[in-house]
Amino acid sequence: MLKTLAPSLAGYRFVSWMASVTIAFEVLFEVTIPWLMADILDRGIAEGDLPFILQRGGWMLGMAALSMACGGLSARLAALGGTGFARGLRTALFDRVQGFSFATLDRFTTGSLLTRLTTDVTNTQNAFQIVIRMLVRAVVMLVAATLMAVYINPDLAGVFVVAIPVLAGCLTALALLAYPRFREMLRRLDLMNARVQENLVGLRVVRSYVREEFEKEQFFQAAGGVREWQARAEGVVAVEAPISSLVLSGTLVAVLWFGGNLVVQGWMLPGELVSFVSYIGQILISLMMLSFAFIGLVISKASVNRIMEILEQPVEALEAPPARSRPEASAIGPETLADGSLEFEHVDFSYSGNPRNLTLADLHFRIESGQVLGLVGGTGSGKTTLVQLIPRLYEVMAGTIRVGGRDVREVSLEDLRDAVAMVLQKNVLFSGTIAENLRWGSPEATLEEIGKACRIAQAHDFIMGFPEGYDTDLGQGGVNLSGGQKQRLCLARALLKKPRILILDDSTSAVDMATDARIRAALQRELQGMTVVVIAQRIASVREADAILVLDEGRVVGFGNHEELHASCPVYREACDSQHLGEI
Amino acid sequence: MPPPGPRDVFARPRDTLRTILRVLGCFRPHGWRLVLVALGLGLGTFSNVYGTYLLKPVFNDHILPLMGQPDPDMSGLVRILLVMGGVYLAGGAGLYAYRVLMIRVSTGILLQLRREMFARLQNLPIPFFDRRTHGQTMSRFTNDVDAMREMLGHGLPEFVHSTLRMLGVFAMMLVLSPVLTLLAVAMLGFMAWLVRFLARRSSFYFKGRQGALGALNGCIEEMVEGQKVVRVFNHQPIVRRRFEELNEEVRRNDAGAWTFGSILMPLMGNLSHVLFAVTAALGGILAVRSTLDLGTLAAFLQYTRNFSMPVTHLSQQFNSIMSALAGAERIFDLLDEPEEQDSGTITLVDVTRDGDGRLVESPVRTGLWAWRIPGDSPEGRPELRLLEGDVRFEEVSFSYDQRTPVLRGISLFARPGQKIALVGSTGAGKTTITNLLNRFYEIDQGEITYDGIPLARIRKSDLRRSLGMVLQDTHLFTGTVRENLRYGRLEATDEEVEQAACLANADGFIRHLPQGYETELSADGVNLSQGQRQLLAIARAAVADPPVLILDEATSSIDTRTEALIEKGMDRLMRGRTVFVIAHRLSTVRHSDAILVLEHGQILERGDHEALLALEGRYHKLYTGVFELE
Repeated sequence: MLKTLAPSLAGYRFVSWMASVTIAFEVLFEVTIPWLMADILDRGIAEGDLPFILQRGGWMLGMAALSMACGGLSARLAALGGTGFARGLRTALFDRVQGFSFATLDRFTTGSLLTRLTTDVTNTQNAFQIVIRMLVRAVVMLVAATLMAVYINPDLAGVFVVAIPVLAGCLTALALLAYPRFREMLRRLDLMNARVQENLVGLRVVRSYVREEFEKEQFFQAAGGVREWQARAEGVVAVEAPISSLVLSGTLVAVLWFGGNLVVQGWMLPGELVSFVSYIGQILISLMMLSFAFIGLVISKASVNRIMEILEQPVEALEAPPARSRPEASAIGPETLADGSLEFEHVDFSYSGNPRNLTLADLHFRIESGQVLGLVGGTGSGKTTLVQLIPRLYEVMAGTIRVGGRDVREVSLEDLRDAVAMVLQKNVLFSGTIAENLRWGSPEATLEEIGKACRIAQAHDFIMGFPEGYDTDLGQGGVNLSGGQKQRLCLARALLKKPRILILDDSTSAVDMATDARIRAALQRELQGMTVVVIAQRIASVREADAILVLDEGRVVGFGNHEELHASCPVYREACDSQHLGEI
Repeated sequence: MPPPGPRDVFARPRDTLRTILRVLGCFRPHGWRLVLVALGLGLGTFSNVYGTYLLKPVFNDHILPLMGQPDPDMSGLVRILLVMGGVYLAGGAGLYAYRVLMIRVSTGILLQLRREMFARLQNLPIPFFDRRTHGQTMSRFTNDVDAMREMLGHGLPEFVHSTLRMLGVFAMMLVLSPVLTLLAVAMLGFMAWLVRFLARRSSFYFKGRQGALGALNGCIEEMVEGQKVVRVFNHQPIVRRRFEELNEEVRRNDAGAWTFGSILMPLMGNLSHVLFAVTAALGGILAVRSTLDLGTLAAFLQYTRNFSMPVTHLSQQFNSIMSALAGAERIFDLLDEPEEQDSGTITLVDVTRDGDGRLVESPVRTGLWAWRIPGDSPEGRPELRLLEGDVRFEEVSFSYDQRTPVLRGISLFARPGQKIALVGSTGAGKTTITNLLNRFYEIDQGEITYDGIPLARIRKSDLRRSLGMVLQDTHLFTGTVRENLRYGRLEATDEEVEQAACLANADGFIRHLPQGYETELSADGVNLSQGQRQLLAIARAAVADPPVLILDEATSSIDTRTEALIEKGMDRLMRGRTVFVIAHRLSTVRHSDAILVLEHGQILERGDHEALLALEGRYHKLYTGVFELE
């Protein structure tokens, strides 16, 4: 675990160590204070030596000042170290996530990744602070105060031989008892909140079936369970304070008895006894601090584990961070691929990596550079999966994909992805202006180039309709645009890349038919020589394609042009018929 | 240490006093427990303070005078130490009782609040939920209740405990030595000022951190969501640069916040050491001048150690208590939301026909329903009117926000058993019509009648029981398939559930699931396709077996095989019922008794398929594909 987390501390290792060292010094200065006080009582007061009292008082003040300085310094250093560590962790996580293959990434939801990068990092940071400050402080305090007590009177210090194990035992037992109860409570709390969430989402179903009372009953039961377990868990913790204070006061009484006898018999001075009482407090409080520290560490353990899960996930060699900087790459990018021809050679693919559960099986076809390929098939037939293999978002299991005659695995990812543009089913725009979003395709694109791409994508007119035109700011996710407008922007963004192969994954589904037709016409007119792969629900959109590939349950069931397929492929014919009749 | 978390730690209630009073009001049902809580707390605090005071007699009367005596009598020390032990024991017991009782009280209050909130949610009008996201409402149950939990279980008791203890210590200090107390009070004043100063400085960084964290979260979310786009555009380095900038911004603010947050403890702790030192020196001087004895000084020194603790505590609790109060206020706001109004008195009852063909109420399900219309006077006999499914809209106008009209003077009728298709583009008002029929929303003008009865006179729950709904976004609940289907009618037997599934064409695929009807549908259970979910929703409506149906066909692309299954299932479900269907498929529309073409909240055309085609209007254009529906 340390090996995985340690690199994130880079640059903040020294301050973190110093935070521990300074807090140790804080404690060392602090523990001398009661001892100095004993001198005041036993020599100063006993002998009426005013200058001595003032001198020792000055010493004490000095110690307190030094302790304060060390403590303050430690707080600052620990803050720097802890937050630096958190920053390092976030960077490491972010890099790791960006390095994941999609096969790995698909296993995590956005929400869970977000939690890991925020809450879990915060909790780990807390744990780190606990270790470098609280834990160090508690341990040093325990040792130093015990040593002082032994130094003052070794016989009396024998009391701690009993007190420390008793309190430590009690605290450990309580922690062990409390942990499973808290876990159960949190589990039930999650379940209960899930119920509320479900109720909100399914609100209209609940209302239309008049199930309000039923839902209430279910919720009340869940809430009752939460309360029961919360009471049980906190009930255990409630014992802690009384037990600690009982051990503390028991020790005090014992020390006063034995110490009182020693003083009366002249083996010990009264001031020493008073300072001894102070050390009792310090020793037992440090024990309680230890138990708090451990509780804190246990609480954050789950978070640390979740972070480790990401950090220990192998980054596939495939997605190793690009070595070269971008502009350089784009300068030589597409040139490394001769043309836009695309060839699948007996390709198998499975999301689970299981050869018996193939998503795509034995795909074998070829299209020439500049041709248009249409992909047709029902939901789950593997169309989207197929196109995602081309820019290597996923890796084939068997067989070979060639772009421009070269195996995609032999081309660097950067070059490959510069040559292949893809407009995804799910449109994602990023916060920033429209122009900034479009320049994702080509950072140096001029306004003319942008305008040209937008005209092809039929986006120019509506963009100019906005008061600020291309400088219109899109909120996160581009919320103030309609679905069709977003799709057209995404298309323009892809066109700006001037790719060899353009992949359109159902990417004009929200665009009305007339505009859709205009887009297709413009593409054909303006972009001769670019290979286009189109996935479409409407047969009409792919009818004119040079070749159409019909997929059914991950297998090719037809390949050819519209007329050929209509004559020979029953699945295709069925789709044509149903669309002709079944969709308005 | 600062409590880092997603909650806004600087939120303040609008009306602090009112919120505090209302929170206190929550304690009322726990009256006798509260008395015991107060007793336990008082006992605990008193014992603790008094126990320390006993140090004085221990030293002054039972140790110091005996020093150097040849044959000292230690029985006095034994006695006073026994008293001391007893006092501490009682204190421990009091503290324990207080904690345990307080847990019962605080968890009880939380339970009560959760129940009230959930019950309120079930009765709030639908527009309430349109005005805010589910996340906002959820946050009442999670963040705000959590804050309450912390406040009730920790913050408030600690606050009271700390205050009591400080007062107790202060009193005892005064008793021991007014001069030294003056010193302690001066130091306390300085500490309080320092805490305020630091709190103000740290809140600057806390706010900065909150903003920076928000920006960072936004960036992460965007990048994770759009990861495929990032990759296909080779944008990783640019994205990473932006992330690093925001990351550093968070670190900077976070370091500031942590510094001020964690510097408080060493400062306060060591200021109390300064107090200890000055007290020891001054006490020593006083002792030399014989105005103070050793025992008093010993006890006083012990007090100075825990005099400052409450100040630190209070300062730490203040922010979290205030933000918890703000959360409490939001919870109360939710509880104060006005409930859905229902002045309907007409109810739905099962009926049979007696020998003369007259309707009589039946205690069991007969498949025949009637509206039970209470008589004009309380003694008047209620009238029974057979539920037939005759629905009329007369000049109905409606808007969701009282400004932009969604329906403008719509009139339509559905005779019993008729199938009415609503056709039109998104936003034309199709869904709104169905939302008015089940009274999720109230109409602004016009009238809707159901079997001749104005809708408003029918009790809402009975109205909704008579309507079956299959919505586009089929919502299923966590639980087994069978439980989900039975949601339609809780008393349905297993056979009835399975029959309904057969009718809806869902039985086939259900039996192919790993555990058939007992298969768990949940996050980690089986994932159903959109089409299968739709089939289950139809089956659920079939279990309910209502006389009138509202169907919203799915627009999402469903594979042709499932689509055929759904179509058949829907057809069978619709047989013999009055049906309003928001249609996206031509086959559905064609077989309807009447088609309503809606545009901009008005009915453009009405008629059956042939008539509308002959009209060569909007419907004709839709049909021939010149316009698109969605």
